Amino acid sequence: MSDQIVLATRKGTVILDRRGDRWAARPIGHSGVSVSYAARDPRDGRYWAALDHGHWGPKLSRSEDGVAWEDAPSIAYPEGARFVKQYLPSPGDDGSAPKAAPEYQDATLLKVWCLAFGGADEPGTIHAGTIPGGLFTTRDGGESWALNRGLWNHESRGGDLFAGEATHENRWAGTPAAIDYGEFAPGIHSIVLDPRDREHLYVAVSSAGVLESTDGGESWQGRNVGMLNDYLPEPEAEWGHDPHFLACCPAQPDRLWQQNHCGVFRSEDGAKTWSRVSRTEVAVHFGFPVAVDERDGATAWVVPGRGDSERMAVDGGLFVARTDDGGASWKTFREGLPQEDAYDVIYRHALDVSGDRLCFGTTTGNVYTSDDRGESWRCAGNNFPPVYSARFA
Amino acid sequence: MPEVRIVPQLRRFFPALAETPSVTVDGETVAEVVRALDARVPGLAGYVVDERGALRVHVNIFVGDAMVIDRRGLSDRVPAGVGVFIAQALSGG
Repeated sequence: MSDQIVLATRKGTVILDRRGDRWAARPIGHSGVSVSYAARDPRDGRYWAALDHGHWGPKLSRSEDGVAWEDAPSIAYPEGARFVKQYLPSPGDDGSAPKAAPEYQDATLLKVWCLAFGGADEPGTIHAGTIPGGLFTTRDGGESWALNRGLWNHESRGGDLFAGEATHENRWAGTPAAIDYGEFAPGIHSIVLDPRDREHLYVAVSSAGVLESTDGGESWQGRNVGMLNDYLPEPEAEWGHDPHFLACCPAQPDRLWQQNHCGVFRSEDGAKTWSRVSRTEVAVHFGFPVAVDERDGATAWVVPGRGDSERMAVDGGLFVARTDDGGASWKTFREGLPQEDAYDVIYRHALDVSGDRLCFGTTTGNVYTSDDRGESWRCAGNNFPPVYSARFA
Repeated sequence: MPEVRIVPQLRRFFPALAETPSVTVDGETVAEVVRALDARVPGLAGYVVDERGALRVHVNIFVGDAMVIDRRGLSDRVPAGVGVFIAQALSGG
């Protein structure tokens, strides 16, 4: 079990250390700066934070000790990177009108939404998911980053727009998370690396769905069979899904879990097919994060919210749900969590597991931890800024 | 050689500018001034412009007291003797 938690918050980076039976917060890093994601690379112990400066643009920051931070070389879209412009639907839209010719937009980095550290056998490799929908990879520890062209040029995005006009219809919609930047662009918030095979990885895109590569990111295939949505005319459409977070069991990587806008889904065959395992009678349906047990791919945790129009704790009471049987049944755990007047939402990167220990951070600045597989919880602090990510170091 | 004043909200990220509210650099256009600033203070340009060289949405540059017009290419000329001011916009952030 890890004894350290790294928080990305609206007002900086906070590292919590286990001291006896309590958690102690270090002085905040990046004071006053919004941090969209922060984590520690388990290979070299270096800390990384994705800064979301309101004025000064997105930046990557790194630290050897979690105290002194420095700007790392920025992720930048290459010249010629374009995407098909999306517009927020408006009340006057006529869905039956013929589609207009695509408009293109030059890509500039709006947000680094997540980081994924490569395996022990590939030191220096880190992947980053961004808005507007880019997967970037560094092989030299962050000195230089390259856009994954196979994914960027995927036919579901219209094809190779570096080369010219779209050759396919764009199927990637915007993510609400982009609206803060005045855009309606897609975003990559989940990158899942197969610990058995460095050539094998998945990404989850808001709002498009899950894609898989088995050749190190050269080519990609959509993996959304069995997914269901309730906001498109065709619930089983290949694209247009809204995964909120994607995670796999490290010991059983073919077992994947997806907390989706439209329920909790799991796959037992490496995302080839998905099954919805929501249980609305215990309010397991809407939410953002999902955590998967490190050894048992049938065990997963979610922190449900009242969705999707309210997006807050269900009936004012915060709880964690766990399944030990692949989603056939869910147990809900409330001990140590507020059961009235709670409005917390737990964002997609703000729930994590390490052995039998779990942690989560909330939009109202609460952090809770459990040492018994989520069955009881203790508060590690009530007055943090809104928490965007909580990752065990 | 315009004098460029930079607000403390931006200088705070650059120790070299901690006690220096303004710097003087070469440049006949705003784009040249930003490039020269970046040569003097590495990384500064990335806070002011995006990877296409366009002014960030929530950043303003003034030449004298006039807000820059060409936010995309920063081609606005900087006349001799006129200062440049870089600030965060009040539009957001």
